[in-house]
Amino acid sequence: MLHMNAFDHWVLTLTIFVPAAGAAICMLWPKADETGVKVVALLTSLVALGLGVYVFAHFDYNHTSVLQMSVNRGWIDVIQSRYHVGVDGLSLPLMGLTLFIVPACIIYSWDHFPEPHNPKAFLTLILILEVGMTGTFLAEDLILFFVFFELVLLPMYFMIGVWGGPNRQYAAIKFFLFTLFGSALMILSFLALYFKAGNTFDIPTLVHNAAHLPHGTQVLIFGGLFMGFAIKVPMFPFHTWLPDAHTEAPTVGSVILAAVLLKLGTYGFIRIAIPILPDAARTWAPWIGVLAVIGIIYGALGCLAQKDLKRLIAFSSVAHMGFVMLGISTLTTYGINAAVFGMVAHGLITGMLFFCAGSIQERFHTREISRLGGLLKQAPHLAWILGFCAFASLGLPGLAGFWGEFPAILSAYQPAVGLNVTLFRTFMVIAALGTVFAAGYLLWMYQRTAFGNPTEEFEHEHIHDVHLPEYIAWVPMLALILVLGVLPNLVFKQTNGPVTNNVTAAFPQVQAQAAP
Amino acid sequence: VTDVLATIVKIKAPYLDYHALAPEIVLTGVLCVMLVVDVVVDETRKYLVGAVAGFGLLGAMVPIVTLALMGHHQREMFGGAYVVDPFALALKALFILSGYVVLLMSTTYIEEGDYYEGEFSFLLVSAILGMVVMASSRDLITIFVALELLSIPGYLLAGWRKRDIKSNEAMMKYYLLGVLATAVMLYGMSLIYGFTGSTLLTAIGAATRGAVGAKPIVTLGIFFVIIGFAFKVSAVPFHFWAPDTYEGAPTPVTAFLSVASKAAGFVALMELVFVGFYGRHDVWGPLFWILAALTMTVGNLIALRQTNVVRMLAYSSIAQAGYMLVPFAVAGDNLHATRDALTGVIVYLLIYGAMNLGAFAVVIAVARKTRSGEISSFGGLFSYAPGLTLLMTIFMFSLVGMPPFGGWFAKFVIIRAVFDAGTPAAVVLVVVLAVNSVIAAYYYANVAREMWMRPVPDDDFTRVRVPTPVSIALFLTAAGTLAFGIAPNLLAHVGDLASLSHALGA
Repeated sequence: MLHMNAFDHWVLTLTIFVPAAGAAICMLWPKADETGVKVVALLTSLVALGLGVYVFAHFDYNHTSVLQMSVNRGWIDVIQSRYHVGVDGLSLPLMGLTLFIVPACIIYSWDHFPEPHNPKAFLTLILILEVGMTGTFLAEDLILFFVFFELVLLPMYFMIGVWGGPNRQYAAIKFFLFTLFGSALMILSFLALYFKAGNTFDIPTLVHNAAHLPHGTQVLIFGGLFMGFAIKVPMFPFHTWLPDAHTEAPTVGSVILAAVLLKLGTYGFIRIAIPILPDAARTWAPWIGVLAVIGIIYGALGCLAQKDLKRLIAFSSVAHMGFVMLGISTLTTYGINAAVFGMVAHGLITGMLFFCAGSIQERFHTREISRLGGLLKQAPHLAWILGFCAFASLGLPGLAGFWGEFPAILSAYQPAVGLNVTLFRTFMVIAALGTVFAAGYLLWMYQRTAFGNPTEEFEHEHIHDVHLPEYIAWVPMLALILVLGVLPNLVFKQTNGPVTNNVTAAFPQVQAQAAP
Repeated sequence: VTDVLATIVKIKAPYLDYHALAPEIVLTGVLCVMLVVDVVVDETRKYLVGAVAGFGLLGAMVPIVTLALMGHHQREMFGGAYVVDPFALALKALFILSGYVVLLMSTTYIEEGDYYEGEFSFLLVSAILGMVVMASSRDLITIFVALELLSIPGYLLAGWRKRDIKSNEAMMKYYLLGVLATAVMLYGMSLIYGFTGSTLLTAIGAATRGAVGAKPIVTLGIFFVIIGFAFKVSAVPFHFWAPDTYEGAPTPVTAFLSVASKAAGFVALMELVFVGFYGRHDVWGPLFWILAALTMTVGNLIALRQTNVVRMLAYSSIAQAGYMLVPFAVAGDNLHATRDALTGVIVYLLIYGAMNLGAFAVVIAVARKTRSGEISSFGGLFSYAPGLTLLMTIFMFSLVGMPPFGGWFAKFVIIRAVFDAGTPAAVVLVVVLAVNSVIAAYYYANVAREMWMRPVPDDDFTRVRVPTPVSIALFLTAAGTLAFGIAPNLLAHVGDLASLSHALGA
């Protein structure tokens, strides 16, 4: 069917495990040679990115809903779990996002590793994280997915706990335990699926098999999956780990957390929970919708109350992931397309915001908004970039944020057949209110930090504007925010195929709506 | 005299399969050699005894490998009282290898602590011989002999630091409670023998399935035997000896008790439950359910509060025993569940052996420098011993059950066995297990936190010198932990080991 050359069988595996090899090399590299470690790590992540570009180039955009470049080999025969990886239009943008963010993070931290320094350990952890993140997006077997999903946990735990802020140990263990609790229930659900739906962990097979499970069983299994994914997203009321983790994590940790880690949860919903258990998804959808809009409003109100720049961005993440989850909860092609776009956009924009917050903290040694001010005077480039990202984040048309937020809200106007229209329209109105709040807190934040004159405290201090490594790391991200804002179809044309396919397969009676 | 001689001549020599008995024969031979060497060599060269023990253990592995390669058929001796099958072989390998690792860990420890060296290795190997016999026992008396052979050296080893009052306490508690447990178990065995008329497990199995099994007195017998072994595997509420014994005993001995000795208890339980008492799962099913739930929960909750790393590992190993008891609770529900439960326990034992021994090896290595057993003594380990920190991190998170380390697969097979049973009681138990795993994650992660995120307590950044034998032990256990986690297919054949269930007529 699809043309595949020999390398295509290997490219995904290489993409996943090249960073693992890099991590191993970093681990063995002499600690004293810091430059060497940095070069190895950067090269590894660039090789992975190169492989990612190859995948993008060789991806057949006419068959986005078909798993491409897939590999399906025996792995753990005793439990019928297979090494099954593949890429389709849903995983492609997220894989791209991951491979794109990691080199940016390595470049950004080039000259200023947070205390206690130790670039060797720091970069090793980033590379292990990359293995887990890429693997999760490409896995097509539940056990493989689980292994990669969990692989992410430890490096992040150490990254927060070792290189984080003053309250790092608390934040790290909280992050760890919350996520672990979710995954414990998730693995129980995976096993239940295995036993109830034909002794397999293969996701495409389960999509066929599990749809006919009794409704009650589906709802229970979905419940376990929901806990696993919703904690990761995080949805209200499981979000409490997020502000702590984000605030305490080192800049790069926050960026990866926001840009990719949160997406593992939402991706789990659209890759696993909804396609495999559509009936249960319909039962759960209103609840997911409720929690999503609570998240939007709660996150926004939380933002308005924050004094700390990073904590503010963290709460804005809760709100933005609320939009993503709202899109998903409509169970329509329109909404889920928007959700995937929202995931990519939020990854880029919030990642950038955390970069900016990190750079501000590095320069002023504080993130307290009330102590900042007049950034436009002291470091105009940094201030402009912050402004650009703030506008992108509040959903300004023409920038990437808009295409995640606006269609997600709109999709609630007409949710999938069988869902309560009035309820979802109410959600729509509330979510729309949320965008007003978003504009409010972001502009207020920008006003307080960038406008006016520098506070007395920093008046006479010399503040460096954007450094070269920062430029190298940021420019591609900023460019992408703009490009995706102008040409959203770059993502939609990838996602629409599989989304339509999934939705029509799961909800046959729904008239597939065209993507925006 | 001639009469006696005539009768002796008339006794037919039992059939002996020397190939199948080779591991036991090698170990016995090694024990004799060790005794001689210990007497002959002078005080400064006592390490030779340890060397003989090490080579002897590796030598005993050779017939196990050849037997395993020769295929799956079962070799029976003494009318079925002694069986060498893949199940027995896998566990013999576990006992011998974990014994070897313990020997590696203890060499320097015993030497530097100025304790008796020769006798130490001798007792260690005799305990291993007892375990190896246990793996093949299919008879109440053989099980009992094996149990005594492995326990008595254990009592002595626990008190090896004889100038230390805690070590004396460790030994005394272990000994008294061990003997109590043996008495209870022996009483149960006598009841069972009395009513089934046989000490052979297969015969007992057949009898308990029939009318005899329904007699209340047999129920009582089964109950006593299981309780006896519950002491051995330190299941709550029969665990009180474990923390004190583990803390007081020399650390390598603690490692040995918490892995090999515990595994031997589980092996005996598997033999008894799956062969002898299979028909009475209405008795042992609920009993194991309660033991498992209590053991996991109590072990974990008390482990949360420990500040001494060995004590923490002691309670954690109680909790781990709880996880291993879970499959027993559901094993009787259907034949699928039986098979999965058996596989689950064996897989868990193998992986647990690697990760728990590894954790103790790190504790021993670090304690050589810090001279402390407090968890806080691990503070800042990452800054001066990154290698050990990494290894300890691997072992700790493997014990949590995080992929890609072996522990995840161990837990996974156990959960799978429970799902295979699928009864409401089973599902409740699995939820208890899941919640417990998260509780346990806190104290394991706490060790990681101490190593990675806390300052060095006394600003002493001298590097930790790891003796070569301990390094080898670390390498072996870490390799096992990682390999089982990334390629669990290595354990694929364990599924076939459920040959015990062949005795069930399944």
